[in-house]
Amino acid sequence: MGEPTPRQRTVIATDSKPVMPPYIKMRYDAGRNRWIILAPERLFDPDPIAVEVLKLCDGARTVGDIAAHLSNEYNAPAQDIEVDIIAMLQDLSDKGVVKA
Amino acid sequence: MNEIAPSPEGHVKEGTITMDAGEMRCDANPSSPTAPDPSCVVRAPIGLLAELTHRCPLQCPYCSNPLELEKVNVELSTEDWQKVMREAAQLGILQVHLSGGEPTARRDLEEIVKTAAEAGLYTNLITAAVLLKRERLEKLKECGLDHVQISIQDVDTQAENADRIAGYKGGSAKKKEVAGWVRELGMPLTINAPIHRHNIHSVEAIINYAVELGAGRVEIAHVQYYAWALKNRSSLMPTRDAFMAAARLVERKREELKGIIVIDAVVPDYYAKYPKPCMGGWGRGIINITPSGRVLPCHAAESITHLEFDNVRDKPLADIWLNGDAFQKYRGTSWMKEPCRTCPRREIDYGGCRCQAFALTGDAANTDPACSLSPLHEEWAKVADVESHQSPPAFVYRRPGGATPKPAAEKTPVSSDA
Ligand code: SF4
Ligand code: SF4
Repeated sequence: MGEPTPRQRTVIATDSKPVMPPYIKMRYDAGRNRWIILAPERLFDPDPIAVEVLKLCDGARTVGDIAAHLSNEYNAPAQDIEVDIIAMLQDLSDKGVVKA
Repeated sequence: MNEIAPSPEGHVKEGTITMDAGEMRCDANPSSPTAPDPSCVVRAPIGLLAELTHRCPLQCPYCSNPLELEKVNVELSTEDWQKVMREAAQLGILQVHLSGGEPTARRDLEEIVKTAAEAGLYTNLITAAVLLKRERLEKLKECGLDHVQISIQDVDTQAENADRIAGYKGGSAKKKEVAGWVRELGMPLTINAPIHRHNIHSVEAIINYAVELGAGRVEIAHVQYYAWALKNRSSLMPTRDAFMAAARLVERKREELKGIIVIDAVVPDYYAKYPKPCMGGWGRGIINITPSGRVLPCHAAESITHLEFDNVRDKPLADIWLNGDAFQKYRGTSWMKEPCRTCPRREIDYGGCRCQAFALTGDAANTDPACSLSPLHEEWAKVADVESHQSPPAFVYRRPGGATPKPAAEKTPVSSDA
């Protein structure tokens, strides 16, 4: 059964567990040499950071986990990263690309 | 993250041309300021609007299909469409919009969807829904269908009005049922509502209804006046005041429903200052294929009588896209005349709609009269004002031969399905 459409806006926070639903497809477009996200009647063009974040969005990791992971990888303060990620994921959630 | 393209096409159904999917919008997002992206310049098409058939049980007076509907005996075969899907993916097309007429009228829809999905295309079904059975929807999902768009005429509590507009009794209730199945199967749902004089008062209710149905997107698609809609313009045109009120309402609802439903709106160009970039620019982002395999730069292009169109039966799709006469003729900006030729907006709207320019000026290379800089604009805009204040004549319903009706056809019949 499908998930009922939420009647309330999802607010992304540190403990949210974001995931792209199965009908949102992120893939590499070899012809254009870029990553793309295919969505109902929409196409999104993620930059490399967004791609990295979205690959970590598996519905199990929290936003906090993802920020910690990237903080390690890039040697940057987790706090800053988290603020960035939350803004990005909130926008994607509002567009229906990410559920949490 | 940049949103490349608001879907197009999607909409082509039911008389709306929301096809600016071809337009690759490169909006920089705050966290990643972007320079103009090279891929916004490379012009592989991103969307294919596949009109699988012109058959349809509904008779919407704003239908975007041509007045001369193609007959079932000229339709492409299953293998033809499968070949098209593979060629489309190779060409770089990302999304296919399976449309019509009513695409589910084709019994081989499953096979076409399966091939499209296997080729890597994102598949949208653009349907009036009345022919769908639950098992078939499940089957389509198994075959790889990604998204369903259902068109409605009005909300369920105005079913009588909805069914009168579509010329199809019981349609409204059936659509509601199918929308429920789409959600139960976990598929994303878009509700498309072509807006005109007979339902513009329902815009808020339609948006709320889409939320109730569980849609993730709703299109408030003001009718675009081509084909059947042009024939019925005097019945359909809303007043400027009604349009402005609807536009304000959409803005308010967007705020109110942020994160709950995405509201897309297609504006009627009779009330706009500048035209829309038709199809995101001619031969730039979208390919349209008719039931018989003719390849068009836009679904109304056949109205430009001197253009010649290639057929997918005769040539590879890539060849048609790159070299076909009809695509080359108005691609880019070099074909333009004044005032477009030197206008700073020429690469924003590409001079508007060629079909409208042709219909109203006799030369498709002229500026679309929808543009306030066109010498014909004022006269053209006045038509909308006058017609929208007269009492609306009866619909000329969309059906084979309906465009040249005998007197009897002027009653507004409501046919029921089998
Ligand atoms: S008549 Fe059929 S194809 Fe035309 S707009 Fe209505 S539902 Fe769509
Ligand atoms: S003159 Fe041509 S290019 Fe300029 S705004 Fe009008 S239609 Fe667009």
